[in-house]
Amino acid sequence: MLKELSEAFGVSGHEDAVRQLILDTIKDLVDEYRVDALGNLIASKKGRGRARRKVMVAAHMDEVGLMIMHVEKEGSLRFRPVGGIDPRVLLAKKVLVGDDKVPGVVGVKPIHLLEPKGREQVVQVKDMSIDIGASSKEEAEKLVKIGDYAAFGVSFSELGGELRTVKGKAFDDRAGCAVLVGLLRESYRFDFYAVFTVQEEVGLRGARVAAHAIAPDIAFALEGTICDDMPKKRDISPTTTLGAGPAITIMDRSVIADRRLVELLVNTAEKKGIPYQFKQPGLGGTDAGAIHLSREGVPAAVVAVPSRNIHSPVCLLSLNDLDNTLCLMRETLARVHKLDLSR
Amino acid sequence: MKELIGELTEAFGPSGSEDAVRELIRERISGHVDEVRVDPLGNLIAFKKGRAKRGVQGRKIMLAAHMDEIGVIISHVDEKGFLRFAPVGGVRPLHLLGSRVLFSDGMIGVIGREKPEKRTEFPSIDKMFIDVGAPDKEHLTKEVGDVAVFVRPFVDLGQRLTAKAFDDRIGCAVLVQTVLDLKRTPHDVYFVFTVQEEVGLRGALTSAFGVEPDVAVAVDVTGTGDTPEAHPMAVSLGAGPAIKVKDRGMLTHPGVKNWMANTAERLGLPYQFEVLEWGTTDAMAIQTSRAGVAAGVLSIPCRYIHSPSEMVDYNDVQNAVKLLVGLLRGPVDI
Repeated sequence: MLKELSEAFGVSGHEDAVRQLILDTIKDLVDEYRVDALGNLIASKKGRGRARRKVMVAAHMDEVGLMIMHVEKEGSLRFRPVGGIDPRVLLAKKVLVGDDKVPGVVGVKPIHLLEPKGREQVVQVKDMSIDIGASSKEEAEKLVKIGDYAAFGVSFSELGGELRTVKGKAFDDRAGCAVLVGLLRESYRFDFYAVFTVQEEVGLRGARVAAHAIAPDIAFALEGTICDDMPKKRDISPTTTLGAGPAITIMDRSVIADRRLVELLVNTAEKKGIPYQFKQPGLGGTDAGAIHLSREGVPAAVVAVPSRNIHSPVCLLSLNDLDNTLCLMRETLARVHKLDLSR
Repeated sequence: MKELIGELTEAFGPSGSEDAVRELIRERISGHVDEVRVDPLGNLIAFKKGRAKRGVQGRKIMLAAHMDEIGVIISHVDEKGFLRFAPVGGVRPLHLLGSRVLFSDGMIGVIGREKPEKRTEFPSIDKMFIDVGAPDKEHLTKEVGDVAVFVRPFVDLGQRLTAKAFDDRIGCAVLVQTVLDLKRTPHDVYFVFTVQEEVGLRGALTSAFGVEPDVAVAVDVTGTGDTPEAHPMAVSLGAGPAIKVKDRGMLTHPGVKNWMANTAERLGLPYQFEVLEWGTTDAMAIQTSRAGVAAGVLSIPCRYIHSPSEMVDYNDVQNAVKLLVGLLRGPVDI
């Protein structure tokens, strides 16, 4: 499932292919589903028992990518990033442009032509262009229109090893989508709303409206998160570590996770022997940021699969972490109906 | 009221962990309001029902003061048991050096710094650490995610008061005292003690949605221009509570501003108008809640905001209570 999800195209605002793929997989697993006005896929399963809570679990379908802004007379394509992309990861990368997936490459000045100073400078996105092999504006415009999206052209593959490492694009947040699809295979003691959101990378937009519509009692966001566990000279911690288990957020820029939910996650992990780690506080933001501020407020938490190189063409994650994230969420959701939320 | 202020400022309550402050306030106001509830994010919402008064149109009024204070959160425990940390809210590195911090269990830590490159270099937060005196990592009881606040006892300087977290425990104290002094009101009044203001007005956003007020007033601190070589600002300690005209996040509803100023005039209370060039308050989030709310801010002038030793004038505090009680007793003329 992760392979298919990773290879599907879904830059923010154009998540259709990802949504269709997920819909085909889950429609027989859920009681109801609908696509809302912004494009969120909202699937629900009725819970067993009386006095049921509404629990929303969100994962975003969109990925960071590019949008074509202008076609030069020589046939190359000027573009802007959609979502947060470090310009340094773009040079000489393969991209696929538009719905027809026209292959292209982000141009780069050969090292031979760089002045010594130029080697230390970062090329700005406005100075980059995509080469699709067209030799004139007319030729390029037969294949591409202004406003077309471009996504990284990277295929999924396994690197293996003890951590069962895999590589691919868009693990932020197709990893979360894969876990959420997995969660739909279970049944619950509460009304379960699985929400595959749109436009997270441009400002948590889909999650905001979906949470308003659902009005959940509790929410979780599932993520592929920052992992920077390369060797460090100083004794400072990585944001997360690959293979160390699902990363639980305590505080990031968008949310202070509900302490009771964090405790439930930690207690569940310890009871069931599932490895876990805390994401280093203070960094990043997720759909939980929008969901917890919806209506009268929603207690919310975030669980994430650590992923190296997120927001770049090639991400890496450990399938062990992915499995353990599913396991932790499944076990936590099995207990969440008993959580006392009064205070 | 000084005892209440002292107790509130010394309570532990960084954004997201306001429980101790909430319990303290709940205890103080219970029996003086008609209903108290805590909403999903942790806002304490106390409701006082209006009793009809001839000739006065009852309105739904929300008063907000935030319970949370700025603090720090542990981001990493190193091999020797030193704690790296990230800020919770607008903590300035300047105020951290030489400070002590307090954890929820009462443990104290001191802030240390790495060797500077140059003697004049001022360290950023990632070059600092907390030392709780643990001889090694094994003896450490603190872990990633634990939060701490400044340590600083409340001191009564006579006319002036100093403490940590006047931002915004002084607003909480003003609201609590208003609850106690307000015997009767023609309006349905919601006293809302909000959470997570310092990280983005989050509690105000959700509680305003829940309360759905007609009119709202946030009570918070504001800066002053009355210290040596201060940034110019026409607000001084002791010149009365400040009626906000604008800050970085909002323009006060002119009707609310005039309602406050006219009431102060009528009651013979001192006041000053405030234009703040930086910062904002819960009123910004409340103002744009649902279909919009007529919102304003009553500010307590405060020196050294976000430092461990903030300072307010006791007369300003008492006059803020008198003005709020006056506002709630009469008609809302906006």
